Amino acid sequence: MTPHRWRNFVNGLMFGLTAACALATVCFLFWILGFLIWNGGRSLNLAFFTHLPKPPGETGGGMANAIIGSAQIVLIASLIGLPIGFLGGIYLAEFGSGAFPFFVRYTADLLNGVPSIVMGLFAYAIVVRPMHHFSAFAGSVALSVILIPTTIRTTEQFLRAVPQTLREGALALGANKWRAIATVVVPAAVRGVATGMILGIARIAGESAPLLFTSLGNDYWSTSLSQPTSALPLMIYKYAISPYADWHRQAWAAGLVLLALMLLLNVGARLVLSPGAPRN
Amino acid sequence: MMGTLQHSTAAGPPAPNPGATAPGRVEPKLKISRLNFFYGAFQALHHVELEIAANRITALIGPSGCGKSTFLRVLNRMHETVRGARVSGEVLLDNEDALAMDVSRLRRRVGMVFQKPNPFPKSIFDNVAYGLRVNGLKGSAHLKEAVEHSLRRAALWDEVKDKLHKSAYDLSGGQQQRLCIARGLAVDPEVLLLDEPSSALDPIATAKIEELVFHLKENCTIVIVTHNMQQAARIADDTGFFLLGKLIEFDKTETIFKNPAKKETEDYITGRFG
Repeated sequence: MTPHRWRNFVNGLMFGLTAACALATVCFLFWILGFLIWNGGRSLNLAFFTHLPKPPGETGGGMANAIIGSAQIVLIASLIGLPIGFLGGIYLAEFGSGAFPFFVRYTADLLNGVPSIVMGLFAYAIVVRPMHHFSAFAGSVALSVILIPTTIRTTEQFLRAVPQTLREGALALGANKWRAIATVVVPAAVRGVATGMILGIARIAGESAPLLFTSLGNDYWSTSLSQPTSALPLMIYKYAISPYADWHRQAWAAGLVLLALMLLLNVGARLVLSPGAPRN
Repeated sequence: MMGTLQHSTAAGPPAPNPGATAPGRVEPKLKISRLNFFYGAFQALHHVELEIAANRITALIGPSGCGKSTFLRVLNRMHETVRGARVSGEVLLDNEDALAMDVSRLRRRVGMVFQKPNPFPKSIFDNVAYGLRVNGLKGSAHLKEAVEHSLRRAALWDEVKDKLHKSAYDLSGGQQQRLCIARGLAVDPEVLLLDEPSSALDPIATAKIEELVFHLKENCTIVIVTHNMQQAARIADDTGFFLLGKLIEFDKTETIFKNPAKKETEDYITGRFG
């Protein structure tokens, strides 16, 4: 082969290889989606959304309590995690240079890499042990500890992307720093910040490990945040490792519902925050 | 309407100081003495002495990096947003120490328009109303009146009166810059600083800005930094030439361009360097 043809061959080969890997990524995604829709779709029925789980061995029943439980746990986790992460992100982006912000940034990145089951252990130690029982609140604490570092870092990134000239424009009109941040910088970054928050919520909503020994799970309705509470990821775990075919069926359905909820949240948020939507 | 936002100057107009000025001479609006400026260890301005007269247009010219923008930013203390910036010397605004007064109050009296148009991601109306709201003006009737007045002063009213609640980003670059001028004028500043306000604009938009600035001096003292020497010659009453952090020469614009006293000034304006 001439050098010219050899170079063309390598060029073509590398293009083919990178394209094949890109295709493989998409294939896996659609493979998973297909599995969920095929297996979960067949198993979904109204009872899944409205009924409580049946005892082991009996067919039928649903996961109404787990759907509500998931919503409850994630909501409380968001109420704890998002404000802390958001305000911390503002600090890092707007006031942050020097040793302390560097330390905060480093810690947040470190926390991001901690396995989620460790967060569950942590919540077990600080909430479950002192209260002497499992609870939805303990699950929320575990999830909020996962949510804080992702929120703080995405908020910081999107605020940093706001041009310095906007800050100066507000300061030059006599606004103080906080006023400039609250009325100009944050509104300019609100789309990115909100998208980051929603991705964070989607992530914690799918976590099962941190809930294993915090909210534990419950086959019945839980009436307060201090009771053990069921959640969709917990049900998937419990049902998928069970020996019953009907429970396997419902585990697929739960996976599909979880995915659909996240998709809905994501698309909805993008619509609300899209550039075409009216402002102010 | 001009009275809706009273400046909170405690003493009103400064008492004349017969010892400092010759009889019949007007007190300068801004008096800068022994001004040195440092970014960390680097000295960006060396012992600048300058008096800026009220209701005149003062242009600052000089090659890139000569310190003219830095000097401008000291006048309303925008340099304080830069870490490691340090200033020594004296800046007097109507005989009041500008470097010691409350910074929000100073910036309301000394407004600034930046090189690139920087409208906020808000409606046209909310952009102009921003400074008024920051300074505590309430009541929608007052706001409306003030916003219209400012947009008229900035020669933008006729172009935007039907779309006040559209995003400011829908405007062209030149309109955005006039919006930023209107926003600055809304708080009725005594001095308006312009940092190369037309360098990002086409010649037609530039001409509009120049005409507008020319009329503003009736109510306002203007200090403009420009790279464009023709612009300085067209609109400025006085011109200062900066080189390497020093104010080389300051005089009537005509003198600077026709009969400069310093060789460096002559070299620069005749295009021999810079």
